[in-house]
Amino acid sequence: METAPNWEIVIGLEAHVQLDTRSKIFSGAATRYGAAPNSQACGVDIALPGVLPVLNRKAVECAIRFGLAVDARIAPVSVFARKNYFYPDLPKGYQISQYEAPVVVGGTVAIVVAEAEKSIRLVRAHLEEDAGKSVHEDLDALLPDRGSHALSGIDLNRAGTPLLEIVSEPDLASAAEAVAYAKALHSLVRWIGICDGNMQEGSFRVDANVSVRRAGTTTLGTRCEIKNLNSFRFLERAIRCEAARQIAIIEEGGHIVQETRLFDPGQDETRAMRSKEDAHDYRYFPDPDLLPLTIADDWIAAVARALPELPHAMQGRFQSDYGLSAYDAKVLTSSPDIARYFESTVAACGEPAASFAKPCANWIMGELSARLNRADSEAGEGFEVFPIRPAQLSRLVQRIQDGTLSSKLAKMVFDALWSGEADDVDLLIEQRGLRQVQGSDALAPLVDQVIAANAKSVAEYRAGKDKALNALVGQVMKATQGKADPQQVGALLRQRLEGD
Amino acid sequence: MHGLTLHELGRALAERQISSMELTQRLLADIGRAAEPLNAFITVDPERALAAARAADQRRAMGDAAPLLGIPIAHKDIFCARGWRTTCGSRMLEGFVSPYDAGVVESCERAGLVLIGKTNMDEFAMGSSNETSFFGPVHNPWDPARVPGGSSGGSAAAVAARLVPAATGTDTGGSIRQPAALSGITGLKPTYGLVSRFGMIAFASSLDQAGPMATSAEDCALLLDAMAGFDPRDSTAIEYLPDGAANASGEQWRRYQRALAELAAVDRPLADVRIGLPEQYFGPGLSDDVRAAVDAAIDQLGRLGARTKSVSLPNSALSVPAYYVLAPAEASSNLSRFDGVRYGHRAAEYADLMEMYCRSRAEGFGAEVRRRILIGTYVLSHGYYDAYYVKAQKIRRLIADDFARAFRDVDVVLGPTAPSVAFPLAAKSADPVQMYLNDIFTIPANLAGLPALSLPCGFGEGGLPVGLQCVGPVFSEARLLAIAHRYQACTDWHRRMPPRPWM
Repeated sequence: METAPNWEIVIGLEAHVQLDTRSKIFSGAATRYGAAPNSQACGVDIALPGVLPVLNRKAVECAIRFGLAVDARIAPVSVFARKNYFYPDLPKGYQISQYEAPVVVGGTVAIVVAEAEKSIRLVRAHLEEDAGKSVHEDLDALLPDRGSHALSGIDLNRAGTPLLEIVSEPDLASAAEAVAYAKALHSLVRWIGICDGNMQEGSFRVDANVSVRRAGTTTLGTRCEIKNLNSFRFLERAIRCEAARQIAIIEEGGHIVQETRLFDPGQDETRAMRSKEDAHDYRYFPDPDLLPLTIADDWIAAVARALPELPHAMQGRFQSDYGLSAYDAKVLTSSPDIARYFESTVAACGEPAASFAKPCANWIMGELSARLNRADSEAGEGFEVFPIRPAQLSRLVQRIQDGTLSSKLAKMVFDALWSGEADDVDLLIEQRGLRQVQGSDALAPLVDQVIAANAKSVAEYRAGKDKALNALVGQVMKATQGKADPQQVGALLRQRLEGD
Repeated sequence: MHGLTLHELGRALAERQISSMELTQRLLADIGRAAEPLNAFITVDPERALAAARAADQRRAMGDAAPLLGIPIAHKDIFCARGWRTTCGSRMLEGFVSPYDAGVVESCERAGLVLIGKTNMDEFAMGSSNETSFFGPVHNPWDPARVPGGSSGGSAAAVAARLVPAATGTDTGGSIRQPAALSGITGLKPTYGLVSRFGMIAFASSLDQAGPMATSAEDCALLLDAMAGFDPRDSTAIEYLPDGAANASGEQWRRYQRALAELAAVDRPLADVRIGLPEQYFGPGLSDDVRAAVDAAIDQLGRLGARTKSVSLPNSALSVPAYYVLAPAEASSNLSRFDGVRYGHRAAEYADLMEMYCRSRAEGFGAEVRRRILIGTYVLSHGYYDAYYVKAQKIRRLIADDFARAFRDVDVVLGPTAPSVAFPLAAKSADPVQMYLNDIFTIPANLAGLPALSLPCGFGEGGLPVGLQCVGPVFSEARLLAIAHRYQACTDWHRRMPPRPWM
């Protein structure tokens, strides 16, 4: 069920993208994931008295890259503000963020849902620092002396990690669109090298603002915000549950209360976290410790020059240069890794590239992707650590194209490469004698033998039972130990039987 | 050795008349004797001070001839100094030992100064009398029944009593100049951004500025040469001065000392100086004795060749209300880190997180700090922000414009530093507004980010010192120091010393 009929869902997403910088946004501490608690928190991160923030220009560069990639406006002047609230994992008692004047304004992200392209508008993207983490579980090992006190631990390694918060317009009309948008964004930030995209480690998290309205109406319903969705699956399920909950309330004559909710994947439901009434008054004001962020045109130009070819442009080039379909080009540009893999494979095949492009694309989108999906479910990662190198796959494709390998043999070679049993395609073909038996000279004697030995099947075929031919083809294949092309064998058989 | 200036001590050390060890020991003894009557220090650490003195003597033996090498100095207890307790005058940080050095502490150490102790101050620099300190009030050396001014009251009293030849202070709304005036010493608040704020515990970040406090303009120049300098750890620090020179500390620069030396070579050094007298600074709020001393100083400067002219700073009266919106707003946020979670005071008993916050902060902060946190929280709140914070920022701009207009006609603006001489302890502590009005002449320079200096210009009622304030355009420190130096070359107010009954 996508939506109850007569109802429309309106969704806007806020994505928190952890920027792939070596040091934090306002301090020199490292940002590596998984370090011992508080081992990557310097004086600035733990907010000692007297310390001051200094902006990491690398983080700004990431924001500029993103702005350019989504065709947004890069603000020449943006302002860091303090968002004030008390929480133990927020050392300063305020988060440095951008409020009234964000660094990236507007922009669009293209998504494809049910084969239709849709452009999702962005409101803004702004830089901010992450908070630390409160640790409530497994404290025994960390705090062995805590006795019977109900203590919580604070790990400030993440405090000050640079984030780009990307806010979309409420342009998304279904859970499927929301997921497509989140995936497109996820792919884009990895593509332009500003985020590692690791969702398990929280490098890419999404909040969803969801409201519903009766079909045909234009005013927005009251929305609820579902916080901290760290997988596409949860995003989809959370939106479905939340929309269903809101529709049920309204249909029963109730009202939606604006509030922040959490998704509980165990119960498959969203639960209220805090309502608008007890929402914080964050008392934003410009951070007097930081000057307004000014970005000169030549900085933007320099970042633009270093920007890789963007997926949309690359997709067009794949279509025109390689003669691929729009669908193939889209899939092959879904991540920088797969695109790079594809291009390396085609290049290794030799000229003309266009004649190898389609078979390469088929192998990558088919066999390769299927195995990668089995190996790694979420992030579409793995092409960089993939066991088959582009040079190997290109040799495989070449051997199919020149008739050495049948598709069945090619599959055997592929399996051997995947498992690591074999490394060199040609050597493997030689060693195992995987060369396809082809040409009527080689096959004709075998065909004759099979016809002679299977009078019953021959009679059935001649009596009009087409299926009987399959049995004969099977016999020939068996005689070639599977190295013949079954279609060619069938043609030869038919020729011989009908020619008589 | 008593009462020698930085320059004189530097010479004595260079000529080996005394070692830094001996000098430090003598001053430590004086500080010990004055501890009870003045309460100018929060922390004195003879062991560390003597270790630093020994190191300075060694540096000299190795041939180092830095002008400040081996001279003891005190830092206001707002500067973090590694291994030193750094309290900011608050119970909140009563037991806090800093793991790092402030930029100012580092540059003073580089210059060879010996840190002898941390001076008393109003809690988190919020006060004009040094009475809000958790560590008790400081007494004015000229009259122990009176306040020394604040918030750098400990530094002012220590320098006035010649317990140290110089000290650092910080000035958010007058906290260097007002206590300098009330205690009879010379103090300079530099242009915002000239001195690093890194490691200086923030009160109101857009207004805070560190500066030198000493007995003369000449010594302030010497200490400012050590303190000033770009610090990449402070994003609001200035890297280059308008004349293209690097804002750098260190021996080879001596920007401010050179300025005074150049002045000494000129015949009538004040002949070209145009002094503006703002009518708003001489209104009914000014006490007669202060007015008389300031008038006399202006006459003196006139005799030295300066031309005076009346100017108008029409928005001056708005400076106190604007300041008491902006400074508390920033403070309410700056002081949020003192939550009892990672360091600082934590309540002994609490039922939950909220209670831990509330009790720790209620116990750790004094009344004035709590008042300003409440004011600041209020003015930043949803629905009030535009009416208070935004409006105050507009006033701030108007006040800066007032000065810019005045500086089209004059080089400096001159007037009283404070409306009266030092007032008795407890006289104003029950009435915050009266206390706040004490900063009416000093606040505008902070709002406009301008350099301003206070120097002694006579004595008023009860034989208490009067301060003369000199405000200049941004980065005019050299000129302000030069004017004050010239004045001090032909007056001796700055050489007068308070009695020392404890000796």
